[in-house]
Amino acid sequence: MNAAVREALRRIGLATFVSAVLGFFALPLLWLAFAPFDANPGIAASPPEFTLHNFKVLMDNPYALASLRNSVLLAAGTAALVVTAAALAAYALSRVRVPGRDALLYVLLLLSSIITGTAAMVPVFLLAFNLHLIDSRLGVVLVLTGGLLPAAIFLLKDFTDATPASYEEAARVFGASPLQILRHVVVPVIRPGLATVAVWTVAQVWGDFLMPFLLLRNPDKAPASVIMYTFYTEGGQPDLALISTFSLLYSLPVVLMYLFVSRRYGFRFHGGIKR
Amino acid sequence: MAPPTSPRAEAAPPRAASPRAASFGEDAAGLGRARAAAFTAPALILVAVFLVFPALWTLYLGTTDYRLTGIAASDPRFVGADNYRDVLGDGEFHRSLWLTLQFVVGSAVVGQTLLGFAIAWVMRDRSGPVRRLVEGLVLLAWILPSSVIAFLWIALLDRDGGTLNALLGTPGTAWLLDHPMACVVVFNVWRGTAFSMMLYGAALGNVPPSHLETARLAGASTWQTLRDAVLPRIRGHVLTSLLLVSLWTFNDFTPFLITAGGPDGRSEIMSVYVYRTALGDGRLGFGAAISLLMILINLVIALVYLRVLRSRRAPGNAGEAAA
Repeated sequence: MNAAVREALRRIGLATFVSAVLGFFALPLLWLAFAPFDANPGIAASPPEFTLHNFKVLMDNPYALASLRNSVLLAAGTAALVVTAAALAAYALSRVRVPGRDALLYVLLLLSSIITGTAAMVPVFLLAFNLHLIDSRLGVVLVLTGGLLPAAIFLLKDFTDATPASYEEAARVFGASPLQILRHVVVPVIRPGLATVAVWTVAQVWGDFLMPFLLLRNPDKAPASVIMYTFYTEGGQPDLALISTFSLLYSLPVVLMYLFVSRRYGFRFHGGIKR
Repeated sequence: MAPPTSPRAEAAPPRAASPRAASFGEDAAGLGRARAAAFTAPALILVAVFLVFPALWTLYLGTTDYRLTGIAASDPRFVGADNYRDVLGDGEFHRSLWLTLQFVVGSAVVGQTLLGFAIAWVMRDRSGPVRRLVEGLVLLAWILPSSVIAFLWIALLDRDGGTLNALLGTPGTAWLLDHPMACVVVFNVWRGTAFSMMLYGAALGNVPPSHLETARLAGASTWQTLRDAVLPRIRGHVLTSLLLVSLWTFNDFTPFLITAGGPDGRSEIMSVYVYRTALGDGRLGFGAAISLLMILINLVIALVYLRVLRSRRAPGNAGEAAA
């Protein structure tokens, strides 16, 4: 009897906890789910009067779509640079014995975790200013690349370390040059690693606010993260129709990417994160 | 927010044992030192210029009266330790330090850790739609872009038409003006719990079921089970996640998007404080001095983290570390 009561209480407690967690996490998201399709989006989440008119408002805004294109440019540029530079470095560090290699990697990783955008915004701003990289997308790409590279090299070195050297040796016996070996043997084998690093980089850059906010002046060049911020500070009242549809469009790529990664590679933790 | 790393161990064919293959040794592709250096150079140069140099420059900038505009912009003067003395004696700095402590301890160390663990614990032996829904929502809060999330919270807490006021029947309550710091803390718990949840989920999978079973048969309460059977097995994970979420939260700029540090600096955590003094007010030297203090705090957290990680990867613990 007593045990039955305790069991019942336990179940009620669990159900309450799960409902509270669901409510807490769902509440802010409701607006994102409803407002884009609401004929009269208010600030409070409410079941919509269905319409797609808001997406037309979005198409008509000169900055909205351009900013999404800028986000793509920044993310793709950074990902290309990070993957290329990290793959070359990780491969060389994995295969050729360099004195002090482990210490170098250790220090790089340490530096990248302590010199963050927020802690280093003053010198980064001045550096960009002196290199004439203010208001340049390339500047944002370079700064972000510098910050992401150490972790990317670390991730990729794991993959290259796991590549059996016999593949490369076999290719070499047939007279392939080191670059050919890299292109035709190593790259295909570590492709999952390259994809992981690329997806990770894109996710980091896609949501980043601080660096483009700091380094870009011209709204024509600003990515979605920054442009969105201007939709509701300039002009006094927030343009809810615009913000809601824009938020949805801007969020979709990361959600799709997450779904893709979790299907393909399993979104679980193996190994230490950021080792 | 590094992603999971799953080095897929390719099924390694047995190594050709020919003397020829063995002679290539470490350098299987025949790269050679010179080419290896050339391969490594682009990455190292980028890191040196855009990561290491800024940090070193901060050291110098912090000792000057560098400003964004005016005379001190073209010809900064060396002022020695003045900036550091000013920063450490500044009431606004003390306030931002205190707010940052509330932010990190309240939202990351206590909030995300406890909530993340609680969710992982409750969901540990469940499957099906409820678990997928809970985990999906928590992850969504983590992966959506910060600008979007920030606006969702502004809408939720809005004074006039906010969802929260509509739900609670408290129209006109200006949450962001009355309790800015509490809002930011709760927001960050919402935003960042996913990481702790996933980490503890993985860690709990490591606790041998037999231990839990034994505890249950012995009639241990949930609390006793956690303390005696679970916690000893996942101590390393707890320490890891505490250090990482502290580091990330300490360097988070997202609160700026919600309150911009206001009203009257009542939610001006250190990242926002640096932004306002350095680029808002244009006092670059002063801002650099605060930056250096931030980097030093980061350094302490990161060194402890790497030390913990190293000891966990030590041979005796390899099984746990590889989890």
